[in-house]
Amino acid sequence: MSTASQSPSPVAIIGAGLSKFGRQPDLTGRQMAVQAIRAALDDAGIAWSDVEVAFGGSDGSGLADTLVADLGLTGIPFTNVKNGCATGGSALVAAVNAIRSGTAEIALAVGFDKHPRGAFDPRPEDWGLPAGYGEAGLMVTTQFFAIKIARYMQEHGISERTLAAVAAKAFRNGAINPNAWRREALTDEAVAAAPMVNDPLTQFMFCSPGEGGAAIVVASAAAAQRLGARQVRLLSAVTRTRGFGSFEVFAPSIQGQGTPSSVSSDAARAAFESAGVTPADIDVAQLQDTEAGAEIMHLAECGFCEHGEQEEWIASAATEIGGRLPVNTDGGCIANGEPIGASGLRQVHEIVTQLRGEAGERQVPASPRLGFTHVYGAPGVSACTVLEAVR
Amino acid sequence: MSVETSTPEQSGGTDRTRSVPSLRGSRCTSCANVAFPAAVGCQRCGSRETTSLELARDGVVWAHTVQRFAPKSPPYVPPAEGFQPFAVGYVELRDGIRVEALLESVDHPNYDALTGATVTLVASEPVPRFATREWLAAHSAGAEGSRR
Repeated sequence: MSTASQSPSPVAIIGAGLSKFGRQPDLTGRQMAVQAIRAALDDAGIAWSDVEVAFGGSDGSGLADTLVADLGLTGIPFTNVKNGCATGGSALVAAVNAIRSGTAEIALAVGFDKHPRGAFDPRPEDWGLPAGYGEAGLMVTTQFFAIKIARYMQEHGISERTLAAVAAKAFRNGAINPNAWRREALTDEAVAAAPMVNDPLTQFMFCSPGEGGAAIVVASAAAAQRLGARQVRLLSAVTRTRGFGSFEVFAPSIQGQGTPSSVSSDAARAAFESAGVTPADIDVAQLQDTEAGAEIMHLAECGFCEHGEQEEWIASAATEIGGRLPVNTDGGCIANGEPIGASGLRQVHEIVTQLRGEAGERQVPASPRLGFTHVYGAPGVSACTVLEAVR
Repeated sequence: MSVETSTPEQSGGTDRTRSVPSLRGSRCTSCANVAFPAAVGCQRCGSRETTSLELARDGVVWAHTVQRFAPKSPPYVPPAEGFQPFAVGYVELRDGIRVEALLESVDHPNYDALTGATVTLVASEPVPRFATREWLAAHSAGAEGSRR
């Protein structure tokens, strides 16, 4: 079924590293990036001088190519990526393509960010919108997520109880993840009773802009073998921008009629096709959980269930560690926070950890073989990967 | 971008002095896809040719939320009396487009009252603003004694 042979040429993840996630007043975003890169290099058992090409970026914490000042001036090509929530995913795709093209045998992708407290405050002009949208208070990302899940709940019979259950799972998983920001388990009731932020979403159903860095080292099959690396096979890595009729953050309108299209569906479908596997084959997944409703909708948009089936899935604990499809085993964005540049590669780090069987207390039982990651963000971008354990 | 029309349609035909708000969108000359704000190219077919279109002033709330915390300033400019929670959502128009708008209802902001509500455009600046029939009845200018 799966198969590296269908890919243009096999690519292995040989190292994955994270900085701590959550508020770190004494560290800059760039310093967290250096920590993540050094952790990934150590994990791969290589030195910075072994890396032949690098890609990376942050949304608002500096340029990745300046990190060489702290890593060593080896002269390699280092390309900055600035692609919103797909920054990490786009950097990884570029690194994978460098391996597949034969340009390099070992490549690095890095993402990082350190956001101030509170909601993001983008400028309407940067999004092609009249200034009035900012003055009127519509440049608020949380509004979009609330409006999308409100419509979805109405159409597909998802309850507020299910929203609370998804957020509570994130906090439970975060509590057993030593690297998470939020490490206090919360009950469904506590989540539901928190102050309403944007109806139907309460404060504890949202992730918060946060801090952290993540890095991934990829290599050709030959290099992975030569290094004797503990590899995870990368079956596919795909990014997509939105198609016609989509509903996105900061959209002054939704064009077209009927159910809006989904860039997540487009990216996931392409990732599964390229990998030669189906959603039913996946043993562990990371899905963008900007808020609890997003995780619920992305379950169906990425093809894991039909629209509306999430109500039964969540009630039967299907997405818990030990369920039929464990989702966001590290606590996701809700427990780790959202450093925009880092989240996509944090997801890949978690799946690599799970597929190697090294996730400790939060390890998915029965040796998961196939994993999936998905990020979604403004203004309608998604990045997905399919990863396979090598034993 | 929304603009006031130079020759506003008058729903009742009696008020010749009051300008009626309107939303200016565009229609693709190739595939007839409707855009708002008015677009210079078509998102559906990529055509570069569009014509101006005044959008319908009545529609139905497709989905909405209530903004319960004050957005960051700048860019947000709170009203003189300070921030109050407000409703925002998408209004489905018969032109074949859903437009983002501030939403007015009585007992503002009343989340449940807006679900699937029929609403009418009451302002186009700084962003589109639609109101329920109940709100319009309570705020009809000049209708002395009709205010609730």
